[in-house]
Amino acid sequence: MGIEVVVEGLTKSFGKQNIWQDVSLTLPAGEVSVMLGPSGTGKTVFLKSIIGLLKPERGRVLINGVDMVNSPEREIMETRKLFGLMFQDGALFGSMSLFDNIAFPLREHTRKKESEIRRIVMERIDIVGLLGAEEKLPGEISGGMRKRAGLARALVLDPQIILCDEPDSGLDPVRTAYLSQLLIDLNAQIDATMLIVTHNLDIAATVPDNMGMLFCRNLVTFGPREVLLTSDTPVVSQFLAGRREGPIGMSEEKDAATLAAERTTAGGPYAGSGPCTVVPQLEPSPGLPVRQGALRRRERVLAMMGTLPEAARTAILDSYTPTLGGGRP
Amino acid sequence: MTAPLPVRPPEPPAPRTPPAPPGPGRRAPSGLLAPLRRTGQLFALALAVARAVFRRPFQVREFIEQFWFVASVTILPAALVSIPFGAVIALQVGSLTEQLGAQSFTGGASVLAVIQQASPLIVALLIAGAAGSAICADLGSRTIREELDAMEVMGVSPVQRLVVPRVLATMSVAVLLNGLVSVVGTLGGYFFNVIMQGGTPGAYLASFSALAQLPDLYIGELKALVFGFIAGIVAAYRGLNPRGGPKGVGDAVNQSVVITFMLLFAVNMVLTTIYLQIVPPKGG
Repeated sequence: MGIEVVVEGLTKSFGKQNIWQDVSLTLPAGEVSVMLGPSGTGKTVFLKSIIGLLKPERGRVLINGVDMVNSPEREIMETRKLFGLMFQDGALFGSMSLFDNIAFPLREHTRKKESEIRRIVMERIDIVGLLGAEEKLPGEISGGMRKRAGLARALVLDPQIILCDEPDSGLDPVRTAYLSQLLIDLNAQIDATMLIVTHNLDIAATVPDNMGMLFCRNLVTFGPREVLLTSDTPVVSQFLAGRREGPIGMSEEKDAATLAAERTTAGGPYAGSGPCTVVPQLEPSPGLPVRQGALRRRERVLAMMGTLPEAARTAILDSYTPTLGGGRP
Repeated sequence: MTAPLPVRPPEPPAPRTPPAPPGPGRRAPSGLLAPLRRTGQLFALALAVARAVFRRPFQVREFIEQFWFVASVTILPAALVSIPFGAVIALQVGSLTEQLGAQSFTGGASVLAVIQQASPLIVALLIAGAAGSAICADLGSRTIREELDAMEVMGVSPVQRLVVPRVLATMSVAVLLNGLVSVVGTLGGYFFNVIMQGGTPGAYLASFSALAQLPDLYIGELKALVFGFIAGIVAAYRGLNPRGGPKGVGDAVNQSVVITFMLLFAVNMVLTTIYLQIVPPKGG
């Protein structure tokens, strides 16, 4: 079973520039969470802070009682073995073949025999669909393949927590869909806690159990997916609809004057942009076990029902009433 | 159709908290202190490396590969440089001692200069220039491509996995190479003194054993060891902290060589002074 990740009051700045402040959230064990946010809101910085690569000035990230921000380097290094991080561009070692890249964590951390390593690595290579490319160097394959190889390397130690940095960037829509399914299948198989950072709307709508959004140096919300998907907070609904009208501007947030002008000319079209339809979540492929995380989530969400907004409540009830998951997509 | 004019959703997005509080009491990075911080980081890395040397598992394979690499890029240039260097010292000292009427001591003087000073410096310059720059460029490009981050995320310390074998490689190659350069330089000096300046082989060897003593060799090797360490650490430090982008790596390589050279000469002066203070000269 996955491990719960508790983030408390995290604040990170680079020099004078504040990236985000006072971010608090809990990634429930074994569930899939997505962190949304326009480009440049510090999503990647957030991921790197969770794993302890960057040190926020304030706050804590608790994993199994280890604070990834302030604990001694030794404990942090130990705890990192529980993680699998998929970097934006794979971050493969340029001088090693794909096979050696994926075998690297095994060779560093385990005393397995070479034949055993070969078996595990080939299995992971098969999962991400790279069979036949294992002897190539990272420079000789496409960006999408590098990404998938990065995912294979992140999976090779059977991590309890999987962090994905923009798994979709550089992938075509079909591969993105396959990848979404792959992530859900993985979650069903190893029950790892997953956090996906992305701005891909398809992934956001179909993959996660929970969703959060970073905007304007703050965590806008974090909660069950239905809360965000039905939200009428301008930032969230603008982002999920991919509109120009709204508080998100080209550079960062818009200033008050632009917003006001937009409001008068556009006549507030997004004020009541109709009921959002919540797309059903992806299910694990046939033949795989039920996601334990989803079962736990159901309990958890039903228990917190009272605190959720009306729209989210209906959406959640809708998704849970026909017991067979509201039909597969 | 124009009826319900702007209905703004209740609240502007996330309540915009007062513009990024600069954090109470957080020191603004001052331009004056920046070099000090760099120096501190350099020393911190040196300490971390020194500690990680004794931490298991030791990266034997990486060490051998790096040792071979450092040796292969430095042996030939070192030998080629040391012959003329020994020759120059022999010629210079020879002409001086001739004027003073102490020609029979040429051997001792030139050998001491080669073993104590020239040899460790040649070794260090070559290691910093040939191997250090390669190490710095290698680590630097890995850093900007996030490879080192990836390694750290997998719970593997880049210091232990990459830096320690490299520093040990530069140190051990420096020590061994120092032996080679001492011998080749001495032979070069001998050749030029005896063949070119008409010195006598006997006088050369006699003055050699009259003035030279074993501690001279020890200090030469110790210097080589320390210089190898400095070259390795500086290259690794600049490689681990390049300033963004491919150009940053180029600058880092450049700086690592320059910084190493400057440190070498400073440390050399300190070591020589201490040595001359604590080891009595044999001839005196």
